[in-house]
Amino acid sequence: MPEEPFAGGSNKPMDGVDPALRSHISYIDRSREYYRAKGFVTPYRWIKHRSSPFTPLRRPLSEATVGVVTTSFPPEAVEGRSKAVMASPSSPTPDVMYTSDLFWHKKATHTDDVESFLPLKTLRTLRAQGRIGALSDRYYSIPTRHSHRQTKGFAAEIVALCREDGLDAVLLVPL
Amino acid sequence: MSTVVIGSARDVVEECAVPRFAFTDLPLGNPCGKPYDRAMQLMVVETALDLLECAFTGQTTVRVPVEWGDDAWRDSYMAVSSAVNGPLGHEQTDRLDV
Repeated sequence: MPEEPFAGGSNKPMDGVDPALRSHISYIDRSREYYRAKGFVTPYRWIKHRSSPFTPLRRPLSEATVGVVTTSFPPEAVEGRSKAVMASPSSPTPDVMYTSDLFWHKKATHTDDVESFLPLKTLRTLRAQGRIGALSDRYYSIPTRHSHRQTKGFAAEIVALCREDGLDAVLLVPL
Repeated sequence: MSTVVIGSARDVVEECAVPRFAFTDLPLGNPCGKPYDRAMQLMVVETALDLLECAFTGQTTVRVPVEWGDDAWRDSYMAVSSAVNGPLGHEQTDRLDV
């Protein structure tokens, strides 16, 4: 029996995509070639792990408190954003977030719709439907850095904030 | 705490190795779905929540069945031609901070 496509999926051919290349962009390859062409000889060293720790959900999702971590920052915090992790109120939902220093496809899209990268309203809808137990009162912004050491420090701070807020599950949403 | 990543840089996230990954094959910037497409955004977040419930081992990736509409964006991102020939633009002065 032929497999049914996943809900919403399709089997349309990908016109215009070079069959000699993988269809999804390799950002590791693309950025290395791009910076090499600009004259930077030492490529960025990406974080690589063979495996990841796995924590099962500790209570049913319908009873779980869920939070969101983003790489964007509230615009009013831009002054200090480059240095520190930040927790901001989830309500009222922010209408605009500061993203212009981040690494996204500025020729192809925009970030005017906050919900396209910080899904607080969507989670509130799902909360109303009983899909999740609660949305965290705060969401968390993490600075992006070349330095792995700095990033690990930020991650530890994010974990502490999430524990403080009693989260059971976290959506990690980098732009 | 259980975590799930929603993201569009598949190789970067998978090489890093994360417990659960809802991959959206969209231009970087809108990992939760196209701007103002509430149905798509709901499907993406619902899929991430499904992963929290259903994934039973680390490094579980689900490709969320979303489409941008065309594929032109795939070639234009960080094209080497723009690094060599292009005028100094925004992209060329960006930090690499995926």
